[in-house]
Amino acid sequence: MKSLLLKHNRNISAAAGSTVKIVSILISPMDWQGQKLAEHLMQLLLVCFAVVAFITGYVLGSFQTMMLIYAAGVVLTSLLVVPNWPFFNRHSLNWLDPSEADKHPKPHPAISGPKKKTAKK
Amino acid sequence: MHSFGYRANALLTFATTILAIMCAMASVSDNFNSLSPTSEVQVLNINWFQKKPDGDDEVSLTLNISANLESLFTWNTKQVFVFLAAEYGTPKNVLNQVSLWDGIIPSKEHAKFSIHTTNKYRFIDQGSNLRGKNFNLTLHWHVMPKTGKMFADKIVMSGFRLPEAYR
Repeated sequence: MKSLLLKHNRNISAAAGSTVKIVSILISPMDWQGQKLAEHLMQLLLVCFAVVAFITGYVLGSFQTMMLIYAAGVVLTSLLVVPNWPFFNRHSLNWLDPSEADKHPKPHPAISGPKKKTAKK
Repeated sequence: MHSFGYRANALLTFATTILAIMCAMASVSDNFNSLSPTSEVQVLNINWFQKKPDGDDEVSLTLNISANLESLFTWNTKQVFVFLAAEYGTPKNVLNQVSLWDGIIPSKEHAKFSIHTTNKYRFIDQGSNLRGKNFNLTLHWHVMPKTGKMFADKIVMSGFRLPEAYR
């Protein structure tokens, strides 16, 4: 009985842990190509849903139909574009490795005039 | 589009702007509606016709109002407000409009109606000018949209006359 309870609790905390991991991935920053894709996808999807919604509503003579189709489109687009899905992160930028950066020191800017003697690093 | 909050905000703002444009287009589409309303009013009876103690004339009528306003309804119509006004001129006022009856038509199914009623609102003159008066009964309507511009129009029915003497 006690071992069953322990297993149950471990399963719950494991599920909670993986949920936190998934959520933290979905709200993490997106790479540049992904951002461009996200913006274009959002604009395209919303305009297409609006056009379909308006034409359907007008032909059927139902304002409510237009609103429902458009609302569904907004929800679908938000699910597709707002979370940071993996397909938005296929072109990640490779920042320079710190050890590599140390091998090439930054050039010092030329000091013009007598002025204050502040140590420049 | 670098963060979750930024994308959510951009999406909601763009979606709302597009919604506003759709509503404007829906309102513009109302202009393409061809209107063919008809109406007919009969004064069935003059119930009484008196001069009130304060000096103003008052008359009570029984009316039969029938109309077919189905063509006024579009996909963007919320309801149609309709009212019947008695219109006449006096020495004091060039135009008097007295609303005798009104109603709200919520949908196309209710737009064809025939009503037998006394006047809902009192027909009182400003003064004592109603004896033998010729007047028009005008059916006005306001088409109230779900979004956008409201249209109003009327049908004038003339040829009504009040009695020469009080009853």
